[in-house]
Amino acid sequence: MDIFLQQLVNGLVQGSIYALVALGYTMVYGIIELVNFAHGEVVMVGALVSLSVIQRLADRGLSGWGVIAAGILVSIPACMALGFAIERVAYRPLRRAPRLAPLISAIGVSIALQQLAALIWGRNFLHYPEVVARTPFHLGGAVITEVQLVILATAALLMAGLWFLVQRTRLGRAMRATAQNPAVAGLMGVDVDRIIATTFLIGSALAAVAGTLVGTYYNVGNHTMGFLLGMKAFTAAVLGGIGNLQGAMLGGLLLGVIENLGAGYLGNLTGGVIGSNYSDVLSFLMLVAVLVLRPSGLLGERSAEKV
Amino acid sequence: MSAPLLQVRGLAVRYGGIEAVKGVDLDVYQGELVTLIGANGAGKTSTLKALAGLLRPAAGEVLLDGRPAGGVAPHQLIRQGLALVPEGRGVFPRLTVAENLDMGAYARSDTAAIAADLERVFGMFERLHERRGQKAGTLSGGEQQMLAIGRALMGRPRLLLLDEPSMGLAPLMVQKIMAVIRQVASEGMTVLLVEQNARLALQAAQRAYVMEGGRISFSDTAQACLGDPRVRAAYLGE
Repeated sequence: MDIFLQQLVNGLVQGSIYALVALGYTMVYGIIELVNFAHGEVVMVGALVSLSVIQRLADRGLSGWGVIAAGILVSIPACMALGFAIERVAYRPLRRAPRLAPLISAIGVSIALQQLAALIWGRNFLHYPEVVARTPFHLGGAVITEVQLVILATAALLMAGLWFLVQRTRLGRAMRATAQNPAVAGLMGVDVDRIIATTFLIGSALAAVAGTLVGTYYNVGNHTMGFLLGMKAFTAAVLGGIGNLQGAMLGGLLLGVIENLGAGYLGNLTGGVIGSNYSDVLSFLMLVAVLVLRPSGLLGERSAEKV
Repeated sequence: MSAPLLQVRGLAVRYGGIEAVKGVDLDVYQGELVTLIGANGAGKTSTLKALAGLLRPAAGEVLLDGRPAGGVAPHQLIRQGLALVPEGRGVFPRLTVAENLDMGAYARSDTAAIAADLERVFGMFERLHERRGQKAGTLSGGEQQMLAIGRALMGRPRLLLLDEPSMGLAPLMVQKIMAVIRQVASEGMTVLLVEQNARLALQAAQRAYVMEGGRISFSDTAQACLGDPRVRAAYLGE
């Protein structure tokens, strides 16, 4: 088996999940310049809501993908409601406050959601029932499972849909205009509050799907799963250039690939001194490197434009 | 004369404890080009921002066509027929020229008429037509000002508010922009023009208000202002 090809496949799968989550960070940042640290927790809630649905529907003779689709269909509205509420309660009242205030509010929401989830789902790791077979397909020297294929396809579809929405529709144009100059967008008749709420709704819907995919992929979930995933996705957004949609997609995929290649080769390259368990360190080292060498990210605009 | 299209009574604007606008009365009649001139810091821009809903007036009344417009959310004002071309132009730099113009018509849904207006704006500003696919941030300052005016016209306002359209532009471009404003006004648009360049503004306008220290110090026809010794001394550098 070809390690490089295999890790590339695994990296793209993991990276496409990062990308879906990173889009939520980058969209919110683009429009209100806030790092929504609670976004990882929205992904976690999406994953656990799906888990509850999937557990209830498993072993009833339904098709496995049907059960997972049902999980997604329930978690999307749940996460959208949650994202909408977070913006209303924790961010909107602070829109004119100093920038540190909404950031602290975001961290507060993040902790509150973790504890709430612990109350609902408990503190143990929960296992996703295996409702889909892990049928392997051979692809050159690598193996790709049905779950991986579905994750790739779903992520690609959602990203294409989002791109269309943002670039080609009236709503998308209003979102871009609001991100560039909210006061003038208001003069054009755009209800800026509604655009901001819509941004949270879209990001949360993507988070719900990402959460379900993560759970299905790794088969485990618990109330803290959103933290590391959120941090990684945020890293991906910064890597690509925060505020930039293509950047979040590219950053997510790149981070996934680098992490997995790292996991595949770190052990061999260092003679076993540093093992594959250091792949997380690799991703945060990358964040530091990007911030030092290219603070605006790979596809980010130069910040001078904000004058 | 019939009732004014824009009627402002006792308008006051405060920033914290500082009163920038201290009770302004002002009328603009249908079809007029009226200018509000004054020194830097006289309160011109604050007055305009309050009219456009960007600032909440501390006191006073703004009537548009007899209906109260003061204190309405800004995104509702364009639906009442009021468009502002802000100071510094405020184009969306990463939207194309065409997308910027589309944004101007955001509050409208009459697709056919929007397309016709787009043609009209492109007819007025050939430059914008040539560059319709280009990002607005790549345009020159003068072209951006044309875009900002064209974008405001796309909303089919009944009253066009212009805030310092000549600011930061090369002299030749200033002449061009003023010609455009005159043309727009001659086609029937009601315009309230705020300008620091008093001479240009008075040459274009029919009537003028002179603002000083947050108050209207006097008003007259633009022609009379051009001849008034006080205006000549204070604003025309004579």
